[in-house]
Amino acid sequence: MSNPSPAQVATPDLDMSRTMPSGAKPMIRFSGICKAFGSLVVLDDLDLDIAPAEKVALIGPSGSGKSTLLRVLMTLERPDKGSIEIDGAPLWHMPKNGGLVPADGRHLREMRKNVGMVFQQFNLFPHMSVLRNVTEAPVHVLGIDKDEADARARDLLDMVGLRDKVNHYPAQLSGGQQQRVAIARALAMRPRVMLFDEVTSALDPETVGEVLSVIRDLAHEHNLTMLMVTHQMGFAREFADRVCFFYQGRILEQGPPDRLFNDPQNERTQAFLRAVLES
Amino acid sequence: MIWDWDYALEVLPKLLDALIVTVQAALVGFVIALVLGMLIALARRSGRLWLSVPVGALAEFIRSTPLLVQLYFLFFVLPGFGIQTSPFITGVIGLGVHYATYTAEVYRAGLDAVPRGQWEAAWALDFSPLHTFRSIILPQALPPVVPVLGNYLIAIFKDTPLLSAITVLEMMQVAKIEGSETFQYLEPLTIVGLLFLIVSLISAVLIGRLENHLGVLRRI
Ligand SMILES: Nc1ncnc2c1ncn2[C@@H]1O[C@H](COP(=O)(O)OP(=O)(O)OP(=O)(O)O)[C@@H](O)[C@H]1O
Ligand SMILES: [Mg+2]
Repeated sequence: MSNPSPAQVATPDLDMSRTMPSGAKPMIRFSGICKAFGSLVVLDDLDLDIAPAEKVALIGPSGSGKSTLLRVLMTLERPDKGSIEIDGAPLWHMPKNGGLVPADGRHLREMRKNVGMVFQQFNLFPHMSVLRNVTEAPVHVLGIDKDEADARARDLLDMVGLRDKVNHYPAQLSGGQQQRVAIARALAMRPRVMLFDEVTSALDPETVGEVLSVIRDLAHEHNLTMLMVTHQMGFAREFADRVCFFYQGRILEQGPPDRLFNDPQNERTQAFLRAVLES
Repeated sequence: MIWDWDYALEVLPKLLDALIVTVQAALVGFVIALVLGMLIALARRSGRLWLSVPVGALAEFIRSTPLLVQLYFLFFVLPGFGIQTSPFITGVIGLGVHYATYTAEVYRAGLDAVPRGQWEAAWALDFSPLHTFRSIILPQALPPVVPVLGNYLIAIFKDTPLLSAITVLEMMQVAKIEGSETFQYLEPLTIVGLLFLIVSLISAVLIGRLENHLGVLRRI
C-alpha cells in the first residue's frame, strides 16, 4: 500500500464512505450515486454500505440530499449515475445477455418489494379504513388470501397499539395514530429494508413519543434494516448503530452515535450539531 | 294570441315522445363524454409526447369551436368520406365528443387535486399502475368533481335542441314542425320550455342527492 495521505492519518476512524461492520455482506450498497435537479446537485458521487439489520440515522442540514437518498432507494427518483444493490442484486439495472441494462418496470417492481417507506405526511389512503389501508397491498400485490391478510393486519395494528381503530378512517385519527398505521401498512408487505423520512416532523409534540416508541420496538424486535432521516438527535443517538452526516450531497462524516455526537471530527459536523443542539 | 288548450293537449303526446329522444340523446351523449373525457384526460397526462400533444391540441380545438359547426361538419362532411349513420347517432357523437373536452378538464382538475404523496405511497407499496389508478387515485379524484360533471349533464341536455339543425326529431324539431303546420308556435314552444325546466329540476335534485351521498362517504 502507498503512504496514507496526511488527512487520513489525522482522522483514522473517520471513514469517508462505506463504514460497515467488517466482514458482513452489505444489505444495501450505494456506489457513486449522483443525482441533480437541473443544475442543483443533490447527491454527489455518494457511496454507502449498509449491513443487514443495521440501523442507520441520516442527519444533516436541509437540502443536503437525505430524502433524495431514500427516494432513489425507494425508486421514487432515478439516479443520474451510479448503482445501488439490494442484497447483491442491482436495483436500477438488470442483467441481460451477460451485461447490465437499465431496469424495466417489472424489475423495479420486483426489487421494490424488498423496501418499505414511511413518509413525513403519512400518505394513508383517506377513502379506506385503517384495516383496508394495511391489507390492500398484501391482498392485491402479494396475492395473500384476504382472511390471512386481515389477521396479519390486526396483529400489526395491535403491535402499533391501534387494535381498536381497525374500522376507523384516517381522518378520524390523530397524526401520531395515522403515522403508526402507516408503519403497520409498510410492514405488512414484509420488507427487508424500512425507510423513515422525518416521520415525526409533521406531528404534534405530544404524539411524537408514541411513534418513536413503535420504531424503537421495531428496531429491537425485528431483523429489519432501517434507514432513518431525522432531526431528533436524541432519538438518533439511542436508535442508530451508525449516524451519517450529510452535507451538500455527500456523507462528510459517519460513525457510531457516541463517537459522532460526542467527538465530531469535521468542523461542519461540529457546527451542525452545535446549531441543532442549541435550538 | 291566446293559449289554445285543445291544441296544447293535441301536441303534448308528440312532444313527450320527442322528450324521450331528447333525454336519450343527452344521456348517451353524456356517457360518451364521461368515457371519452377520461381517455382524453389520461392521454394529456401521459408522459408520451406523441400522445399528449396531439390529443391536447385536438381537444383545445374542439372545445373552442361551436358545437353547431361540429354537428354540421359531422352531418354533411362525414358521409363524403363514406361514413353513413343516422342523424341521431351523428348528433349523439357530436354532443359526446364536444362535451368530452369539457369533462376531460374536470377530470384533470380532480386528478391534480390528489396529493402526490398518494401516488408515492401506492408506488412504495408496489401497486400496479392500473390498481393505483382505479383503487387509490380515482376514488379520491372523482367525488369532488361529481357536481361539476352533473352540471355538464344538464348543459348537454339544454344543448340537445341544436340537434334539430341536423334533422334529429328531438323536442325542438318536433315543436317546430308542429308549429309550422298550424302556424301556432306558442303552445308547442311553451311546452318544450316547461319540459326542459322539469327535467332539469329533476336532474338537479338527483345530482344533489348523489353529491350528498358521496359527501357522507367522504366524511365517515
Ligand atoms: N423533484 C425535485 N425537483 C427539484 N428539486 C428537488 C426535487 N426534490 C428535491 N429537490 C431539491 O433537492 C435538494 C435536496 O433535497 P432533499 O429533499 O434530498 O434534502 P433533505 O436533506 O431531505 O432536506 P430536508 O431536511 O429539508 O428534508 C433540495 O434543495 C430540494 O429542494
Ligand atoms: Mg428531507
